[in-house]
Amino acid sequence: MTVPAVLHVNGASHEVELDPHTSLLDAVRDVIGLTGSKEGCDDSECGACMMLLDGKPVNSCSYLALQADGREVTTVEGLADGDELAPLQRAFLEHGGVQCGFCTPGMLISATALLRTNPDPSEDDVRIALSGNLCRCTGYGGIVGAVRDVAQARRSV
Amino acid sequence: MTRSFTSAATIEDALTALGSGARPVAGGTDLVVGARQGKAPLPDAIVAIDRIEGLAAIDEHGVGLRLGALVTHEDIVMSAVIRARFTALADASAIVGSHATRAHGTIGGNVMNASPAMDTGGPLLCFGASAILRSGSGERTVPLEELWTGPGSTDARPDELLVGLDVPAPTDGTGSAYVRLEYRRQMEIAIVGATAVVSVDAGGVTDARVAITALAPTIRRVPEAEAALVGSDGGDEPIAAAARAAAAGSSPITDVRGSAEYRSAMAEVIAGRAIVAALARARGEQIAIPASAATRGGATR
Repeated sequence: MTVPAVLHVNGASHEVELDPHTSLLDAVRDVIGLTGSKEGCDDSECGACMMLLDGKPVNSCSYLALQADGREVTTVEGLADGDELAPLQRAFLEHGGVQCGFCTPGMLISATALLRTNPDPSEDDVRIALSGNLCRCTGYGGIVGAVRDVAQARRSV
Repeated sequence: MTRSFTSAATIEDALTALGSGARPVAGGTDLVVGARQGKAPLPDAIVAIDRIEGLAAIDEHGVGLRLGALVTHEDIVMSAVIRARFTALADASAIVGSHATRAHGTIGGNVMNASPAMDTGGPLLCFGASAILRSGSGERTVPLEELWTGPGSTDARPDELLVGLDVPAPTDGTGSAYVRLEYRRQMEIAIVGATAVVSVDAGGVTDARVAITALAPTIRRVPEAEAALVGSDGGDEPIAAAARAAAAGSSPITDVRGSAEYRSAMAEVIAGRAIVAALARARGEQIAIPASAATRGGATR
């Protein structure tokens, strides 16, 4: 049996019919067609699937899509403003915080969530917040530097 | 059986669904993750309880706290009253999963998942918390030591919904801490954990509760460790005796996260750190939340 739901993703509304066991990640990737969010471990270890749900980070591989009915979902595709990259995305590029790119969507979402709740994170704050996101290219140094730069730039505005 | 999904707007909606065989999901951070890991398949009939009004509040009343079942770990970490008076619970919620887990994972789900490694269990047990279970036939209150009957199992019937937890207020002069041994700072499960809740006055330790986590089939208090502290001056010797007693009270298993032998050896270390941090807080010293990070390497000793 499928169940109807409306998923609001990056400002667009999608009427979908889903099996109750469908994860939010599968609904967004396979039904809606936004493939930026990645499936890494599929059990909440790696954070590659991280999205924002009503502004808060969620490991979407382990969240039932039907529970997101009517809520606001933000994926990595929703961070840029048209062709204009978000400051965090630009900073990741400038710092070499992207290598294979598989962890990047989750890292960007996780860092976005961090900066919303803690606009002035220490290096330790950044490392702890991103500890739920695994990078296997050992790119952490560049990633942490990128997040700290964006925080600093915001403070100096 | 065909799969079904409903979203409950009220407790009554949820109880009706439970009565007809559905299983509840709130944040999904245990239920769905467990299914992904092959622990148990997702239930065919699911009732989402995360939108029920009125179950997400932290209420202070004369005799303590009422935590709604839908209070998230993030809510607990942000709560001024919990940080000040139920500090061990803040220590625990601050290190559950990652910020994604804490934003959606609930205290009710944590308690009903009944993992012997759950971080919030030791603090709740030591503070004397009780679960409030509601069903179509009424409400009953079950102390947590009676609720948890084994790894992953509880005394609750399938038609009962946990609606909240009552946590009695500790007396003035009480300090508390929860410390766990961890390999990773986030998305970690306790290898070994320990909670201490201690009350002191000018003469020494007047009350002590010590619980061990991931060291027995359920999280449990260790009376021998508590007895080593009560009536003492809270100095190095009684702390060491209590930590040894906590380790002696453990019966750990060997699994992918650690061997039984390693867990037994670490139980004494981690229990000692929790007791030291709780005593320091009882005396008014500041130990940052979470105590696990603040006490790494035994720095507070």
